Amino acid sequence: MSAARTSGSIDQLLAAHEIVIACGSGGVGKTTTAAAAAAMAAVRQGGKVLVLTVDPAKRLADALGVGPFGNVATRVPDDAFLGAGVKPRGQLWAAMLDTKQSWDSLVRRHAPDAETAGRILANPLYQNITGRFVQAHDYIAVERLYELHLDGAFDLIVVDTPPTRNALDFLDAPARMADFFSSRLLRLLTVPYKSRLVNMASKPFYQVADRILGTQFLQDIAEFFILLQTMGPGFVERAEAVSRLLHDRRTTFVVVTTLEAAPAHEAQFFIQVLAARKFHLGAVVLNKVLPDYLRDAGGAAAQVAGRLEADSTEAAVSLAPLLGTGSPAQLQRVLAEVAENFLRFQLVAQREADQQAELGKVPEVVATVPYLENDVYDLAGLLALGGMIWG
Amino acid sequence: MTGPDLLDRRLVFVTGKGGVGKTTVASGLALLASQRGKRTLVCEVDAKGNLADFYESGPVKFDARAVQPGLYAMAMDTERSLDEYLKIFLKVPVMGRIGPIARMFDFVATAAPGVKEILTVGKLTYEVRERHYDLVVVDASPTGHVVGQLAAPQAINSLVQVGLIRSQTDWMLDILSDPSQTGLVIVTTPEEMPVTETIELVDRVREQTTVDLAGIVVNRVLPELFGRAEEEVFEQLVDAPRAKVNATVGGDVEPLLAAARLAVTLRRTRAAHLARLRDALDAGLPLLYVPYLFARTHGLRSTRVVAEALAAELGY
Repeated sequence: MSAARTSGSIDQLLAAHEIVIACGSGGVGKTTTAAAAAAMAAVRQGGKVLVLTVDPAKRLADALGVGPFGNVATRVPDDAFLGAGVKPRGQLWAAMLDTKQSWDSLVRRHAPDAETAGRILANPLYQNITGRFVQAHDYIAVERLYELHLDGAFDLIVVDTPPTRNALDFLDAPARMADFFSSRLLRLLTVPYKSRLVNMASKPFYQVADRILGTQFLQDIAEFFILLQTMGPGFVERAEAVSRLLHDRRTTFVVVTTLEAAPAHEAQFFIQVLAARKFHLGAVVLNKVLPDYLRDAGGAAAQVAGRLEADSTEAAVSLAPLLGTGSPAQLQRVLAEVAENFLRFQLVAQREADQQAELGKVPEVVATVPYLENDVYDLAGLLALGGMIWG
Repeated sequence: MTGPDLLDRRLVFVTGKGGVGKTTVASGLALLASQRGKRTLVCEVDAKGNLADFYESGPVKFDARAVQPGLYAMAMDTERSLDEYLKIFLKVPVMGRIGPIARMFDFVATAAPGVKEILTVGKLTYEVRERHYDLVVVDASPTGHVVGQLAAPQAINSLVQVGLIRSQTDWMLDILSDPSQTGLVIVTTPEEMPVTETIELVDRVREQTTVDLAGIVVNRVLPELFGRAEEEVFEQLVDAPRAKVNATVGGDVEPLLAAARLAVTLRRTRAAHLARLRDALDAGLPLLYVPYLFARTHGLRSTRVVAEALAAELGY
């Protein structure tokens, strides 16, 4: 289970791709893993490496030794690397996804003129979509990735995906966006407001819609969609290009997971989806895995623990003279506690082994990262983590 | 604390950063309520959830099913929720007659996903309003999404000035904003990121929603392995002539000692995060602790253990 057997493979994976997308459920260390991989690539491989994060955690900025960063890429100073005792061959940059700002610039780019752009940006529906609700993040994340890649300023972009409820949302976002603009319903909904010839009230569809949503809201919706339609062609083209980029051979996915039940199931599902839809799965990173010595159920250590758990009095009496202080009774409690603790953790390690077996068909590259006793809080920590992923 | 005890409310949302055991706590809380004689509904909002595993019941669907005595489970399905809504409030007999309406909603929901959130919150508050259950426990969206979900009625209210939706969101807001009826529980673990996210979420919930924060559940709290004196004895054991120790216990003792060191270190790191959490919260906000479950699998047995732990923490 040592990370060593992956040596070189992650290295090759990152060297051979321009975009690495880290995915997995929340709380598995996706952001940190992405940042660690990017930092390592900057150190070992050189070139300009960007870590694009959707996680607004200030902690990553702190760990990278930069101030709070936003939509614009910020360079991690060489001093930060020197402080961590390494001289990077390349450069590490960091950017955060600002959903609202990214949507706004998208609208400005695709609207036919400044006035239309202004009206879209001012529409109450638009503001709610971009500001408050969930799914708008998915598309804009991919879109921003596309833009950065197109820009060509970076040799490698490592991105962590937004915490979606469903991994598919992220992959489907570009296609959904394209569908949305060519939808028949879009026309159905906007027609009565474009043409006064249609008598709305005569159609049950509009009657019901009106009763549910109210006329004003329907008008807001219609205006919004009419305005959006003006951006249609460019938008659809763009969404299709974004979709192609996800399938491009320069793009690879890295699934990050712990070996707890829920994240592992999600990882398993994601691995299947990626395969079924012909995305390139480059590696699986198993994070926070308990040490190997705990996995051997029924092994020598488990037998020792089992015996001590059942009865540690005798052992305590014979061992007490070896110790400076402490009564046999105290030693007995310590031995019993140590034995019980071992067996408890062994159960968890067994559970992890089960989960790992269930992951099934995994790619060639599987990196295992042990349970770190301390949190990653600086560049040195990130590089140490990167080293483990690297093997 | 403005609201009553957690289980005396009518609607409890349970949220938390992904991976902290949100469903574990929601299912345990619901089981506890049912054990205490409350007719309880537990609803998972995430369609891909695994609530059924926690009760070892069959698959959980939109139509609530009994999973334990007095305990019913359902999974949210916004399309079914819309269907039900149209039948109840609009007396629309068949969807077929107005064919495109369902698809229109799907479409509007894509553009203004608040519609999906409102269908979720609407169904839950409806169950409360109609008094179908004494308590509705919601395995809600994770921290990143829950504010959007809870704030959806206000958002819709500000968009829609008149019409049926408007009158609907008014009563939803009445239920959501009433601390004697509705409360939010945030689940966390004593680790860095979950604690940081919890502290941030507390602020956002207070700024952006009208829902009362009812408590924080700290899940996966590791047991204290040694007292101070015992830790000293442990250190001496580590330093004692290893060959003699191994001979006495009949095998290599190193893995046991390593596991103990791991447990002690993990507990110590976590204690620091716990302290940070306590410092950041108001003194009045209840903090409930649920121990780390050392078990090979999760199932009804684990859910019972969590229910017991919550009962002890709530003073039952």
